[in-house]
Amino acid sequence: MSEITEYVPSIIKAEEMDPKFKYEISKMHGAENLMLCYQCGTCTADCPISRFNDLYRPRRIVRMVQFGLKDRLLSDDALWLCTNCFTCVDHCPQGVEIAGIVRILRNLTVKERGTMPIVFKGLASNILKGGYVYEIPESRHKRRMDRGLPPLPKPNLEDVKKIFEVTGSLEIFENAETFEKVRS
Amino acid sequence: MPELKYLFFLGCVIPYRLPSYEVSARKVLEKLGVELVEMPEFNCCGFPMDPINHSLTLTLAARNLCLAEKQNLNILTLCNGCFGILNDTNKTLKEDNEIREKINGYLRGIGMEFKGIIEVKHLVHALTEDVGLEKIKDAVKKPLTHLQVAQHTGCHIVRPAKHVGRDDPENPTMLKNLIKLTGAECLDYMDETECCGNPIIGVNEEIPFQLVREKLEHIRAVKAQALVTVCPACHMMYDLYQTRIERAFNEKFGLPVLHYTQLLGLAMGFTPEELLMNALRVKPTEILSQIQR
Repeated sequence: MSEITEYVPSIIKAEEMDPKFKYEISKMHGAENLMLCYQCGTCTADCPISRFNDLYRPRRIVRMVQFGLKDRLLSDDALWLCTNCFTCVDHCPQGVEIAGIVRILRNLTVKERGTMPIVFKGLASNILKGGYVYEIPESRHKRRMDRGLPPLPKPNLEDVKKIFEVTGSLEIFENAETFEKVRS
Repeated sequence: MPELKYLFFLGCVIPYRLPSYEVSARKVLEKLGVELVEMPEFNCCGFPMDPINHSLTLTLAARNLCLAEKQNLNILTLCNGCFGILNDTNKTLKEDNEIREKINGYLRGIGMEFKGIIEVKHLVHALTEDVGLEKIKDAVKKPLTHLQVAQHTGCHIVRPAKHVGRDDPENPTMLKNLIKLTGAECLDYMDETECCGNPIIGVNEEIPFQLVREKLEHIRAVKAQALVTVCPACHMMYDLYQTRIERAFNEKFGLPVLHYTQLLGLAMGFTPEELLMNALRVKPTEILSQIQR
């Protein structure tokens, strides 16, 4: 960890702010209560990731969405550090589903900027190849038999591929640029 | 008395990494009169794809729900992640017409339709709500008295409360009560509800490792002899990675991490071999010799 990993605030310029962004986001499932956030900071105080990292701050993310700072949000790798533990969602006194907002921002980053951490590309390719998110080696199948376990259910790869197709996911994964790790 | 028959959703991590969880779960569930029907077909629950495309996740999850609906069976899963996404999807599609129509539009292409007639249960819920504590208590033949353990319930079987609607996310007691039935004492420790960090291990290892280290320190402080988990992802973090974490932070924990079904299995009289205890990375040698004494 040799890099400097501190958040350096910079002055927000009016032209950076997209006034419609908050309305677009709050229409989406999971972000309905976005505008109710009054910045109490419970989410950040209780976030296990924020305790070990100076870049990921749920309260700041919500404020940036309210301010319409779309470009800053979608270029921030720290978005990928949320573990989906949902502590912020349960603790928010205003019922803002912060983890849902983070998920929406990640989806939007993938869709509009075409970037994602490389790990997801591998996982998707495994699901398409075998239905399981990991490639289950032949030896595991054999050991199941030795242990008297029933054979693993077979995937329906045609269905899986179709689901990737109709949800636009095949295209997403084919065209995505990837990055390795998120610094902390 | 609910019917103890479920469609068994094994997920991906368990067959890939943790046969000990599957083997021990099948053993104890069978003995408790639970019938597990195998999934006719399978695809990933959808959880790992949620950061990329929420619609993809909902549709992958919904396809599994549709398979259960076809057999009119509730789903039973051993994995917190699978439970979380299958349950969230089930609830969302039941309650939100707009989303249900959208996802059903995707499902039409594969000849399926979500109807919303089944429930999704995690092992802990099925044992507590359906099998019942009395029945489990009766099945305990060799109480594990004098054994002191700690538990890690994990996130997705209690949070978000709005979707799960069971147990107390601030102080979960379901797993604790299940542990007490085995005769073992379940010790409290600091920050019990904290996440294991597993979902981001693919993008950043440092933060999850610090989370795990902190949890292991808190458990060591109360002198628990083992940690008990009910999720394959959490189990991997505490067992599989424990030696790496010990090396990284120059600490020694040596804390065995048991699947709850192994703990219960021991109390029900199964042998450590039957429960694949030897497959654990941190060997539970001390506990086993204490039990056999």
